Parts: sequence; C-alpha cells; structure tokens
Amino acid sequence: MNRYRHAASGVLVPLAALACWQLLSVMGWVNATILPSPVQVLIKWWAYLRPLEVFDPSQGSYLKWCFSGELIHDALGSLYRVLLGFGIGGGLALPLGLAMGYSRVAYGLFNPLIQVLRPIPPIAYIPLSILWFGLGNPPAVFLISIGAFFPVLMNTVAGVQNVDSIYLRVGRNLGASKLTQFTRIILPAATPYIFTGARIAMGTAFIVVIVSEMIAVNNGLGYRILEAREYLWSDKIIAGMFTIGLLGLGIDTLMSRLSTYLLKWHRGLEQG
Amino acid sequence: MNDAASHISIRGVDKVFASGGQEVHALQAIDLEIARGEFVCLLGPSGCGKSTLLNAVAGFSLPTAGVITVDGTTIVSPGPDRGMVFQEYALFPWMTVEQNVAFGLQIKGTAKAAIEAKVSELLLMLNLQDFRKRYPKDLSGGMRQRVAIARVLALDSPIMLMDEPFGALDALTRRNLQDEVLRLWMELKKTVLFVTHSIEEALYLADRTVVMTYRPGTLKRDIQVDLPRPRDVASPEFNLLKKELSQLLMEEQSRHNQAEFRGAAVD
Repeated sequence: MNRYRHAASGVLVPLAALACWQLLSVMGWVNATILPSPVQVLIKWWAYLRPLEVFDPSQGSYLKWCFSGELIHDALGSLYRVLLGFGIGGGLALPLGLAMGYSRVAYGLFNPLIQVLRPIPPIAYIPLSILWFGLGNPPAVFLISIGAFFPVLMNTVAGVQNVDSIYLRVGRNLGASKLTQFTRIILPAATPYIFTGARIAMGTAFIVVIVSEMIAVNNGLGYRILEAREYLWSDKIIAGMFTIGLLGLGIDTLMSRLSTYLLKWHRGLEQG
Repeated sequence: MNDAASHISIRGVDKVFASGGQEVHALQAIDLEIARGEFVCLLGPSGCGKSTLLNAVAGFSLPTAGVITVDGTTIVSPGPDRGMVFQEYALFPWMTVEQNVAFGLQIKGTAKAAIEAKVSELLLMLNLQDFRKRYPKDLSGGMRQRVAIARVLALDSPIMLMDEPFGALDALTRRNLQDEVLRLWMELKKTVLFVTHSIEEALYLADRTVVMTYRPGTLKRDIQVDLPRPRDVASPEFNLLKKELSQLLMEEQSRHNQAEFRGAAVD
C-alpha cells in the first residue's frame, strides 16, 4: 500500500509538468515549431521507432524487420560506441590504476603526467581525434575512451591506496604471499571504489558519445538530433533527447544492480 | 624456568619509535619466558607498550634491540605459526564466514576436501555452523570475534596471540567468549599471549599476569594466578588479587596522566 503511494507520488510532478506543457501547446501560447506538444513528440517518437518499410518476408525474419526502425539503429549505434569506448578506456585505466595504487614507484612515474592530462575535457580532443582518425567510429570511440579512462583510473588508485592496513596485517599473519595479498585482499577491498569509478565513467561516456556523433559520425542519437535541427523538426529533437535519457537511465540502473549484487558484502550498500 | 621449557622467549627487548622528531621508548629491557601451553596476560594502561610487545612477537614490528625466539628460532617476520586475533573486527568483509575461516588453509595449499572438513569442524566448535554463508556485516560483534578465533585456529598454530580481542564487546558477550577461549585453550593446548587492560579479564583467564609500566614499557610485576578454574570473580581470593593488581595499575595510570599533563603544558 505504502509502496504504491510512494510510486504514485513519484509520477505526480512529471504528469503535472506534461499537462502544463500540453496545455501551453493546445492553447497556442507557444510556437509549435519551437516547442511541440508532448502528444506530437510521442507520435514522432513512434514514427522514429517504427520500421520504415512494410514487412516483406523475402527481406528477412520478422524480428529483423521489427528492429529495422531508424531509432533502433541510432540507439544501437550509440550504445556500441559507448560500450566499446568504455571498454577500451576502462580496460586501460584499471591495470594502470592498480599499479599506481599499489606501487609508490609507479605512482611517482605516472601521476605527474596524469594530473596534467586529466583536466583536459575529452571534447578538447575533437580536432586531434579527427586529424588522427578521420571520420566515423574511430574518433568517436577514441573520445569516449578518454572520457571513461580518468574516472576509472582515479577511483582505482584511491581504492587500492585506501585498503585498510588491518586487512594486510591479517594477510601477512596468515602467511599470504604478495600475489595472494593482491588478488584476494587488495583487489576485493578496492572494488567498491572501482565500481564507483566505472559508473562515473559510463556517465561521461554518454555525454561524449552524443557530442562526438554530432561531429564525426553520420548516425547515432547525437547525429540524429542535430540532423533534425537542420529541418526544424523539434519534435524529433525532443524524441531523440528522451531516448538518450532512457538509454542512460537503463545503463545506470543495470550497473547499479550489478554492483549491488557483486558488492552484497559491502556495508555501505545496505540502504541503497 | 629453563630455556628448554619455554615456548616463547623474549630477551632484552627494546623498541624505540621515532615520533615527530622525538624518540619514544615504547619497550625497555623486556625479559619474559613463556612456557608451552601457558596462558599469559599482558596487563597495563594504554600506552604501556603491551600491544607493541605483542606485535613484536607476531613479527609485525621487530624489536630495536634484543631477540624474541619461538622454539629457539628468532622471529623475523609474521607467520601462520603465531595466529593473531585482532582488536578490531579484522574479518575480510568480502568473504563469507566459511571463506574467512578457509583463507589461511587455502594459503597453506591444503587440499579442498581437507579444508571443507576442517572448516566444518571449527564452525561447529565455535557454534557458527548456522552462519557459514553470512557476511561479516550481518554478524554481531561477538559472532565476528568467534569467526576471527576460528580463522586463527584453522592454522593449527601452536601459539595464539590476542590483542584486546573482546574490548568492544558488552559484558555478557565478553564473559561468554572468555569461557569459550578457556575451553579451546584447554582442549587444544595452545600457548596464549593475551593483551588486555581489564584486570578482571586477566585474572579470569591467565595462568600468569604480567603488569607493564607506562613509558618506557618495562615489566613491573609477574603474578602467578593459581586460582582453580572456573574462577569465581566474587571469591575473596580473586578480589584480593584484583585489589593488588588495581594498586599496581593505578600507579602506572597516574604516571600516564602526569605525562599527559606535562605533554599538554609543553604543547
């Protein structure tokens, strides 16, 4: 009962906002080209999602036809770039972060360079990325990798450096080798930090993918909303924006579920 | 006591820490022989170096001068022959109860079936069998220290070091675990070196209670406790000893307080 009431109060404000928005449009108080009504956006969104052709069995399976809509293609394109960039950036940052957190020597060697590069926003790499990689997926993935790299790196370093020394003392007392200490104590103790880093990295990857698609690629959600602007299709712009929001929310929810599951031992997650 | 009989032998041990440009003499000229199977409590006010001495025996921080030997071999590093139960809840939070207990055996390279059997035996011994799959965060303080004890027992080490293990527990849980430790000690015939600042705990548990002085930590008094077990904390004999130890500890506590006042004046 309480749960339903809670859920109901959660949709109250969005519904009211939609109603106001719809009212503004219906009353003609705003120009429909600048701000289309929610209903109009929904209709456009459906058209964007729907397959373009009529179903034709000779062209392939029904399932394939279902996924032939423009929006699905764009969303999958963006998702692909996000995941690839996140994988490359995070994949490089994790071992480097572990090394820098564990070894003072590695930290001393890499930290100065990292501190100089870290404040440069990934967006600033756009000109170079196009010079180096041309157009298409490679520059986009490169930019996303940079965006995902630093959050994972910084959090991994902090995670390893903040391992409570009592655990290491217990490990030594039990006779653990350096390798065992690392794999069975330091690594699991650092995972809450690493997960936080990964979640921030995923958020950054999402920002960067939209920007990079506006510049270097000719599909994807970022490209599509910029293209829609050329035609003054503001309903399509908003439909694209909502899709980006939903996709981001979906990925963040998945990551949060995954970390709650993997870190079920962790005290801090009891409430969340 | 002759050399052959002593299990742990501490001779002429000094420990000097550098702290903020000043040298702190934590331990000075400590000589202590502990026999095999003996239960010895180190008692003293905070800052008397009792944990420092325990850490030296554990091998975490080696003495500045002097030697500590176990069975005649000088200690140079920590090792599973001297299992330690820590003051804080030092269980690995990412491991379940059984994984925590099994960890030492896995390091040793014990066969899987043997680990399984040993872990089950220990969990049964410490009344933890219903909590095998739980994580430490779901256990009470007393339960966690039971797991910590089981983890050390898994090593089959002849020596058990305990660093104020029950300091954070409520009185009932504490007594309960003290009885448990006594039972295990008698059953498994371990040599126990137990650090505490509670006079009653020391008298309830130990064969011998060693009182330490405040900085520099030296041995002030070595008292044989010959009361029969289980000990009655309300008996006149117990309270006589308690009074004597109280007196000794009070002297050290006042030296501690004076030192703190002096420190405050300098600051």
